[in-house]
Amino acid sequence: MATPEYETHEHDVLVIGAGGAGLRAAIEAAAQGVSVGLVCKSLLGKAHTVMAEGGIAAALGNVWPEDNWQVHFRDTMRGGKMLNNWRMAQLHAQEAPERVLELERWGALFDRTKDGRILQRDFGGHRYARLAHVGDRTGLEMIRTLQYHAIHQGIDVYMECKVERLLKDDQGRVVGAFGYWRNTGKFVLFKTKAIVIATGGIGKAWKYTSNSWEYTGDGHSLALWAGADLIDMEFVQFHPTGMVWPPSVRGILVTEGVRGDGGTLKNNTGERFMFNYIPEFFKGETADNIEEADRWYEDKKNNRRTPDLLPRDEVARAINAEVKAGRGSPHGGVFLDIATRRPADYIRRRLPSMYHQFKELADVDITKEPMEVGPTCHYVMGGVRVDAETTAATVRGLFAAGEAAGGMHGSNRLGGNSLSDLLVFGRRAGLYAALYAKDFGGSLTVSAAHVESIAREVLEPLTRSGGENPYAIQAELQDTMQNLVGIIRHERELKEALKRIAVLKDRAKKVRVDGGRTYNPGWHTALDLASLLTVSECCAMAALERKESRGGHTRDDHPYTDDTWGQYNVVERLQDGQLILAREPLPEMPPELREIFRERK
Amino acid sequence: MPTFTMRVFRGDPRGGDFKEYRVESDEGMVVLDVIHRIQATQANDLACRWNCKAGKCGSCSAEINGKPRLMCMTRMNTFTEGEPISVAPIRTFPLIKDLVTDVSYNYQKAREVPPLRLRPPEPDGTYRMMQEDIDRIQEFHKCIECFLCQDVCHVIRDHDLKKAFSGPRFFIKIAGLDMHPLDTVDRTEFVQKAAGIGLCNITKCCSEVCPEHIHITDNGIIPMKERMADNFDPVVWLLRKFRGHRRSPA
Repeated sequence: MATPEYETHEHDVLVIGAGGAGLRAAIEAAAQGVSVGLVCKSLLGKAHTVMAEGGIAAALGNVWPEDNWQVHFRDTMRGGKMLNNWRMAQLHAQEAPERVLELERWGALFDRTKDGRILQRDFGGHRYARLAHVGDRTGLEMIRTLQYHAIHQGIDVYMECKVERLLKDDQGRVVGAFGYWRNTGKFVLFKTKAIVIATGGIGKAWKYTSNSWEYTGDGHSLALWAGADLIDMEFVQFHPTGMVWPPSVRGILVTEGVRGDGGTLKNNTGERFMFNYIPEFFKGETADNIEEADRWYEDKKNNRRTPDLLPRDEVARAINAEVKAGRGSPHGGVFLDIATRRPADYIRRRLPSMYHQFKELADVDITKEPMEVGPTCHYVMGGVRVDAETTAATVRGLFAAGEAAGGMHGSNRLGGNSLSDLLVFGRRAGLYAALYAKDFGGSLTVSAAHVESIAREVLEPLTRSGGENPYAIQAELQDTMQNLVGIIRHERELKEALKRIAVLKDRAKKVRVDGGRTYNPGWHTALDLASLLTVSECCAMAALERKESRGGHTRDDHPYTDDTWGQYNVVERLQDGQLILAREPLPEMPPELREIFRERK
Repeated sequence: MPTFTMRVFRGDPRGGDFKEYRVESDEGMVVLDVIHRIQATQANDLACRWNCKAGKCGSCSAEINGKPRLMCMTRMNTFTEGEPISVAPIRTFPLIKDLVTDVSYNYQKAREVPPLRLRPPEPDGTYRMMQEDIDRIQEFHKCIECFLCQDVCHVIRDHDLKKAFSGPRFFIKIAGLDMHPLDTVDRTEFVQKAAGIGLCNITKCCSEVCPEHIHITDNGIIPMKERMADNFDPVVWLLRKFRGHRRSPA
């Protein structure tokens, strides 16, 4: 085969991924005066952030002046069942308000309070109404604001471009990335002093998911293959409320804002079943009767929060149990009712895209009828292991932010904490990557032989004679993860999943696609299988390792939360090409922060 | 399950034609599901863009039976079994392959729009805005950049005046900036010259195809044309910037 051709671009900082975290990182790096490239798999402005609905959690204190970063920090840590990196959770809570105000200065128009400030809404696990929002399309507002701010900052944007591998120099520093343009299939090499991974999550490994085709764990895998550590990969969030009917829309997200704005979950007997699922850990702060729960929306000082707004892991497990017990809705979910609880015009104003989505896709008028909802794979808490302050990964020159980074959310993320995470740590990643690039000594040297060997490998699915359909392998993997590495897990099933993933990995090496290199989704799917299988293996292996139940990891065979396990993260890395596991102790929280958890429940 | 005949455009800039696929459609399916089924089982290399499959990202724009629509929001049960359904790329933009077009024109036009420049904050360092002052702009911010309005706009589609004309998507973008209660930029000259608003003769095709039901013409373009007329008078412009955009009772 002839030597593959490729074009070359050079930057100080290359950001991979252009959702909230990637855009914010690119903006910050550009502000530091370095040359920035921003690579995205889709068109600019289409990344997954656009689908975020409910809001951005930030203790602005506009609705409840009692709110402050300490309360937000406490909620976040408790939501993550104390497994979070405390310093990340602290920085997040402290910096989120300024990041939200900054978005406003860049043109975001959040819904307003009566006195003209940013309105905040209730969400699961947050003690006070805390989410800055725009109806139920907050992510759209956020990505559009960042996108239109970014395009005036001198950032080079590489749209519909996919990075296949990171490249290191002989000092072990990340100095490049190699990939292809999706629309032409031609190769592209980026030489760069620093790389920020901001590629989002891994949800496409499951059959029922709120995530788009892009969510194939690219950044997780790129980092792992380059020698970086991953952390907490067993923790996957199943959002309690995805659409369940009709089958073609199963998994599409129904915002937690429905419950934040007064909606309640009911089983097929009409019972508000969440009162039966209040765990000991949250008893002190959760209403145990309907009257108190309903009063809480208006008076948070004298009432405890409705159990409909327990953290997502709790609600997802409860729905799962109700359906298993035969109390589910006709199509295997439960009912989410806001129609009988709020006036129609309020629902249409607060939840316009939910109204639209159900009307158009399911023939359901949510101002008149309940929705049918059930858990859907939504978010991975695990990710690239990073330093809290700088977002630096364990490989030099590599940084990570947003969903692709691990640690911030512990074992379970609270709703609204993702958008704020993207802003807080996106900014930090851009800043510290730029500073690192400024101090970079020596030249950018990448191995041409290495580049060429990657290029040949990437072309193989197009040239191989005979072989399997990549879509079939993707579908089998999704079935495997859905059935064996789902909400409730068991050692037997996890072992079976790992066996099947190993077989699929072999089969994925032999896929064949029709057509050429120009915009060929079959080829793209074939190439994305490598990362999708990698993150699936990481998740299943870590899930097998953690023999307890906590947050987004529930083991049928180890149903209790175990304090010993509460002191460890599961870390994964490659050693001689093999994935290995280690248990490593959590960073220790300083005494003054520990005090926060001794306050009133 | 009903089986449909899908006539899907296959081709690239060198040429192409509609190709027929017979596909089963399950309950609740949308056109995008059927396209995905073709991809997975009959034509792995069939090119289409998509992301959210929920009408929120604006990636899967196409012309379905000649009508500009989002594939993810077009239910199969709105068609009659037995009648072929045609799916073509949005044809105003240069074809890349199959259902994918080169929409970079829109990204160029986006960069030309003079961005927001805020007035100084309140003495306490914050900004205040009233809900009633941003309601109208929030309508424009619903735009998912599907570019269907750009696709049907005859100035771009039939007359190919891409250089001289920003198009409806960017008129509401500009309108949103102009009406922003804190903005201080005068975009009059930009709107008239570079954006070419004079070329729009208000046929409302853009509003009709907007999947977000934004009143592009009535709430965006027409008031902007009116403001352009006013803004020849710098005193009126200054007063408006100073007093804000609150519509005073007539």
